[in-house]
Amino acid sequence: MITIKDLHKSYTMGTNSLHVLKGINFSVQEGELVSIMGSSGSGKSTLLNILGMLDEADEGSYTLDGVPIKNLNEKIAAQYRNKFLGFIFQSFNLINYKSALDNVGMPLYYQGMKRKERTEKAMAYLEKVGLANWAHHMPNELSGGQKQRVAIARALASDPKVLLADEPTGALDTKTSYEVMDLIQGINDEGKTILIVTHEDDIAHMTKRIVNLKDGLIIDDTAVDQVRALSHV
Amino acid sequence: MFDLERWQEILETISKNKLRTFLTGLSVASGIFILVILLGFGQGMQNGISAQFQRDASSRISVYTGVTSKGYKGLNPGRYIEMTNEDYNYLIKKYEDDLEFKSSVYRIWSGTLNFGNESGSYRVEGVYPDYQFLENEDMVAGRYINYDDQEKKSKVLVIGNKVKLDLFNNQDPIGQQVQINGINFKVVGVYTDPGGEREETRVFVPLSTSQRVFGGADKVGNLGFTLKPKETFQKTLEQSVRFSSEIESFLKERHLIAPNDTSAIGINNTLEGTKRFYDLIGMIKTFFWVVGICTIIAGVVGVSNIMLIIVKERTKEIGIRKALGAQPLSIITMILHESIFVTAIAGFTGLILSMALLEVVGPNLDMDFIKNPSVNFKVAITTVFILILAGALAGFVPAWRAARIKPITALREE
Repeated sequence: MITIKDLHKSYTMGTNSLHVLKGINFSVQEGELVSIMGSSGSGKSTLLNILGMLDEADEGSYTLDGVPIKNLNEKIAAQYRNKFLGFIFQSFNLINYKSALDNVGMPLYYQGMKRKERTEKAMAYLEKVGLANWAHHMPNELSGGQKQRVAIARALASDPKVLLADEPTGALDTKTSYEVMDLIQGINDEGKTILIVTHEDDIAHMTKRIVNLKDGLIIDDTAVDQVRALSHV
Repeated sequence: MFDLERWQEILETISKNKLRTFLTGLSVASGIFILVILLGFGQGMQNGISAQFQRDASSRISVYTGVTSKGYKGLNPGRYIEMTNEDYNYLIKKYEDDLEFKSSVYRIWSGTLNFGNESGSYRVEGVYPDYQFLENEDMVAGRYINYDDQEKKSKVLVIGNKVKLDLFNNQDPIGQQVQINGINFKVVGVYTDPGGEREETRVFVPLSTSQRVFGGADKVGNLGFTLKPKETFQKTLEQSVRFSSEIESFLKERHLIAPNDTSAIGINNTLEGTKRFYDLIGMIKTFFWVVGICTIIAGVVGVSNIMLIIVKERTKEIGIRKALGAQPLSIITMILHESIFVTAIAGFTGLILSMALLEVVGPNLDMDFIKNPSVNFKVAITTVFILILAGALAGFVPAWRAARIKPITALREE
């Protein structure tokens, strides 16, 4: 599903150039649930941003579902993001003046789906994450766990190939984190490819494979026995 | 533009951000409001001043004579020119269709009036009945000189209010006999003049009578005319100026005066003075326009500023939208659409409010120089559309910037 070869990325901050990714080689098969680990500054977020086409690599190749991702202009990047990817952020990134239902419907709006259909579909995804009763609430009326579940529903709404989650439990307490992980595991069980960036060991062990990053290089890439989040709840 | 989905999106955004929308709208609405009010009052001032001039016979053209200053065709300078009935009759016949009021005047400079034991020295003038309107005199009692008096060369007299006070005290002067330089005249009317007391120390007799009784023969001292107003002031003025110069050249030719002699024939055209007032009004109106347009520009700059702030404030939201698959064009249209929509609604609100104010206040406004302020609807509508266009332009730069925001930068923004 994802193939990355010799990926480099550096940032210029003032006069200093910071080489963040120093040649990443990495691939993900369909249906995998992978966690990318590393201390802060290891380059894990940068890698995810490049995977998510939110940022561009300096060197190397990236193929997503057989499509080479290169020389993107804004327009095509937007199309690919809408078609291939669903994002889950640490800070949820819901649009705060839109109801949960409208937030979930956003990717569908940008696909050009009609309102009625959009609402139905968004409602189905909200049901899936167990928030059907909260559909018309504003984000500020929801708890952190609920917000993240709305964000997951939104990421799923456009039926993307890959879900990319950047510290999805970073802003949540342990119990809520496990509930969210349970939801993510359930989605993975249905066959969705999911990448999670985290620095929490317990969360990483709830995935099927852990990729460890240090100083811009992969130092470890191992399959693990998945811990079901449900057993902790 | 007619994409229902996008409209829903815009309306939702607007309704969820009421304060922001209100502030944007306020600067636009107040801009239009101020412009329309200014234009309305500019028009009001024009109406008011025009009305002032209508009250006076401001279009009067007076012709008087003097002494020649240049020799011409063998005649020496220093000749005193006198006009005659013939001149007058020729002119009123020639310009019959254009003239509104007309009169020639024969002046007896020092007339002594006696009534009983009272006496006084007044300016006595022989005039035609139209002279009342050239002088803007209103009758207090009795009547003015009429054509019958003129025909019969009656010895009748119209006196000013001041003359009445001097000679008659509290007696009713109508029907009384008064002596002018020893000759009996009957008082038929008393007039008042807006020019005040000085103008009311004059007495008027029929022109024909004055010429016969006071030895004027067929001489007249001066001529007074007003022309029928044309549909526009400009045309009236043009006609009046043309008329003045035609009279001048006619009289110069007839009385053998050098064409470049400026002292023999004098023509006083009050309409040219009026023109200066109209020029002044024109300048005031231009000034109002300039102020109004500056107000609009300030409004547009305001919209542009607010749009920039909106984009800044919505940076994160734009980042989220882009992460979810929004294309740059859809971001631009989103911002622009909102900006145009708000500007349009606010512009029309300002327009309606200001027009309503002019409608309500206008007719009730009773001031000397402001009358019925109103505004040309077409002009106002055009202004609103220009403002909407400007609003679109004002929104475009921020929208363009918004579209270029990188989603990753936007998402980092807290």
